[in-house]
Amino acid sequence: MKGTFQRKYLGIPYALYLLVFVILPLVVIVSYAFTDSNGKPGIGNLLNFFTDPNTLGTLVYSLVLAFVTTLICLLIAYPVGYLLAMSSIRSKGAILMLMIMPMWINFTLRITALKELLTMFEGNLAFHPFMNSVIGMTYDFLPFMILPIYNQISRIDKSLLEAAADLGADPTQAFIRVMLPLSMPGVISGISMVFLPAMTNYVVLDMLYNSTYIMGSLIGSYFSAYDWHGGSMISLILLIMICLFTLLAGKDESQGNVRGGSVL
Amino acid sequence: MKKNTFVTPLVLTLALLFIYAPILILALYSFTDAASIGESLHFSVQNYVTLFTTEELADMIKGTLLLALIVAVISTILGTLGAMGSFYSKPGMSAAYRIANQVPVVNADVVTGFSICILLVVVFGISKDTFFPLVAGQTVICAPFVYLSVYPKLGQMDPAIYEAALDLGASPQVAVRKVVIPQIMPGIVSGFVMAVTLSLDDYFVATYTKPASFDTISTYVVNATRGSQTQIKTALWALSTVIFLIVLVICIVMNRKSISGEKRSARKARRANA
Repeated sequence: MKGTFQRKYLGIPYALYLLVFVILPLVVIVSYAFTDSNGKPGIGNLLNFFTDPNTLGTLVYSLVLAFVTTLICLLIAYPVGYLLAMSSIRSKGAILMLMIMPMWINFTLRITALKELLTMFEGNLAFHPFMNSVIGMTYDFLPFMILPIYNQISRIDKSLLEAAADLGADPTQAFIRVMLPLSMPGVISGISMVFLPAMTNYVVLDMLYNSTYIMGSLIGSYFSAYDWHGGSMISLILLIMICLFTLLAGKDESQGNVRGGSVL
Repeated sequence: MKKNTFVTPLVLTLALLFIYAPILILALYSFTDAASIGESLHFSVQNYVTLFTTEELADMIKGTLLLALIVAVISTILGTLGAMGSFYSKPGMSAAYRIANQVPVVNADVVTGFSICILLVVVFGISKDTFFPLVAGQTVICAPFVYLSVYPKLGQMDPAIYEAALDLGASPQVAVRKVVIPQIMPGIVSGFVMAVTLSLDDYFVATYTKPASFDTISTYVVNATRGSQTQIKTALWALSTVIFLIVLVICIVMNRKSISGEKRSARKARRANA
């Protein structure tokens, strides 16, 4: 009865799929990044990136934009996640669901709604490109910050706060020395959900009639110009930043489920 | 914690207001003949008539839904098989699966879309008109989430049940089909739902890999905001409202279900204690 079938063989199709459609594209990106349009190897694309004031300016601009967006998301999401997780209201689940629901509505439609509303207040959105970019990105990514922070805080054993109070900490001290450190994994997971998309999701800016460029827009413009090599170099630089970021953020694999929007 | 009785509702209300004001105001204006928000309100269902009678819009919506279903089915099959294969492999192999699976999850979608396009279209020379790059590309961003949703369910399963099935004479294939799959079904279902929503929300992979003549909701909406066709633009407000209502209804139903599920299990627990 010892057949040749083993359960681990079930993974073969997916293993092949990952090899061809996940690993191979990365190899291609690296090889295109270090060749020119004639196929000659070299570091011309890398030098172009770091000597062109435009691309460097774009890198700095995206970093600043992503930083400000992440900070504002955090300033909104932490109090919201904290208060919701600590509150004893009965409709907690329903309110969390409402906070998360935008994840399931197509983001281009949500940005359309935001754009119409902003236009009513501001007129031409191109007059305040940075502010509108931050508003757009914050609007798009806020749920991805609220969910991990809420999840983390609701997992914290609340008796720890009582213990801190019994040991003589006032509420502020208890918050800073107990709550804040324990909620950090959620904060870090939230930051990694917001920072990178804010550097790359250029469609949000495009839709807000914003002429400013972020790292993602560079890939878009190389793509439109059929410059695969330049686009690959930008992709590679982003990939390296993503790797560094993932290492810094630690091995939190719950973020996959956050992005997938699984609350249930 | 007394001050929170006032602070909590205020903060939560403000956050919900920020999240929903644009969507709700757009929904209100979708029922008027206004071309931009802030104009005076004159009731009209013209946007909904345009949405449901314009062939271009109907084709685009049907195409998007069909694509999402195809991608979700393929992703669910691949991701589920992958999770099982990885779970039952040796630790080293399992780690290799996990790392490769994590790449599309943490990667920026722009980079994923661009790299798939280069590999399939530029290097392999596959035409975008075959829809192969589009389906394969969206599967890359969806299947890893199915994997992530199925994998933990395998860990929660009692391994003895599978062994028992073998002892009772089931072949390994039959045991997987009749014992393992039913046990991990909740993970498979939620993975499938995630795959559908990720495909519906995708812009970047679609824009780099889709045939020129085909549009998903995302690519269509982005093009429409650049264009000057007011009629189409306001019909999209109606689409936004319809999608919002569908998602809202699904959420309410799921919320009801989970509440009644909690109540049922609480009742069961009480009965067990009694």
